[in-house]
Amino acid sequence: MASTEEIRSSLAEIVNEIAGIPVEDVQLDKSFTDDLDVDSLSMVEVVVAAEEKFDVKIPDDEVKNLKTVGDAVAFIERAQNG
Amino acid sequence: MSAITASTGTAYAGVLGIGSYRPRRVVPNSEILEQIDSSDEWIQTRSGIKERRWADDDETVLMMSVNAAKDALKDAGIEPAQIGCVIVATVTHLYQTPAIATRIAVEVGAPTAAAFDISAACAGFCYGVAMANDMVRGGSAKYVLAIGVERLSDLTDRTDRSTAFIFADGAGAAIVGPTEEPGIGPVVWGSDGTQYQVISQKESWQEAAGSYNWPHLRMDGNPVFRWASFEMAKTAQQALDVAGVKAEDLDLFVPHQANMRITDAMRRALKLPEHVKVARDIERQGNTSAASIPLAITAMRESGEAKSGDLALIIGFGAGLVYAAQVIRIP
Repeated sequence: MASTEEIRSSLAEIVNEIAGIPVEDVQLDKSFTDDLDVDSLSMVEVVVAAEEKFDVKIPDDEVKNLKTVGDAVAFIERAQNG
Repeated sequence: MSAITASTGTAYAGVLGIGSYRPRRVVPNSEILEQIDSSDEWIQTRSGIKERRWADDDETVLMMSVNAAKDALKDAGIEPAQIGCVIVATVTHLYQTPAIATRIAVEVGAPTAAAFDISAACAGFCYGVAMANDMVRGGSAKYVLAIGVERLSDLTDRTDRSTAFIFADGAGAAIVGPTEEPGIGPVVWGSDGTQYQVISQKESWQEAAGSYNWPHLRMDGNPVFRWASFEMAKTAQQALDVAGVKAEDLDLFVPHQANMRITDAMRRALKLPEHVKVARDIERQGNTSAASIPLAITAMRESGEAKSGDLALIIGFGAGLVYAAQVIRIP
């Protein structure tokens, strides 16, 4: 299983590729919309890329609960272990 | 017992001419903002749309179609009487019957051609081209006029901040006929009726009857974005594969002009080489559903981006959900 830091780091690369946010800014306490300026459509792209990268399913209903990078990392960790 | 003689067509068909009609009135984002709480910046970042065209009263589905068709006929260099079938893709001809195709046939000068409308929303043009290709190759018509036309402004809820800025009006047309070499690749098409509700007319005509409110279109943005950006990129790739065309040999990518963000996501997912020119007509034209692909192609020809003989990947996708993609050679 990937560690929290490994997931955060891979997710940061995805956010960087899609939204152009510097990888070092993508920290666990950061809000996608308020801090990183990732809008709802970019978030859909991040989710799809994360699903492929981590081999998990993130339902549309769940996406609105992923407010921070930490929320997303925690969801991916749970999904991988579940 | 006598045998039935079967029809025989030509080995290959292609798009021989393309035409379009853009309504006169330009509607900037500032006009849309009079009725919704949003901003020019929000609209542009979420959709890429700077302005769109909305039809005036005299720019009817019939009038716009006839103008686009005459343009396409001239481009193809054939006589109107040679048209054997007229296919009209639209969701905004507001009569259940008769089809608008029969009146268009009369107005363009093909008064006895077979004529009918199809309802395939934003995939309508690609559906029409696929059927036209098969008709020519199957021998049921030598030349087919395929039209995509919409007056979506008639069904747009001007106060809905998620759709009011998107939908627009216009018409595009193609003449499909026999060619020496294949001019239209195999269509990759299909539907997903389990998602029928994500883009739809909100009220039936019956529900709207007696009220002053017309039915309106509604859309769930994020599921549509996800489906269009990723599932449709796979469909587009399949259309390239079955046509035997490699991405590096492609000249143009002309997806239905739904949203600039969808176009960008598809382009990324398809990993198209830098030299492939991507249609971005939505910036000035908005989302014109069935009309958007021929409108975008004519814009790219006018700007010099598209040249005769270019290979273009076209893909339509929309309410249904329905989709269709093929590779065509630009006339």
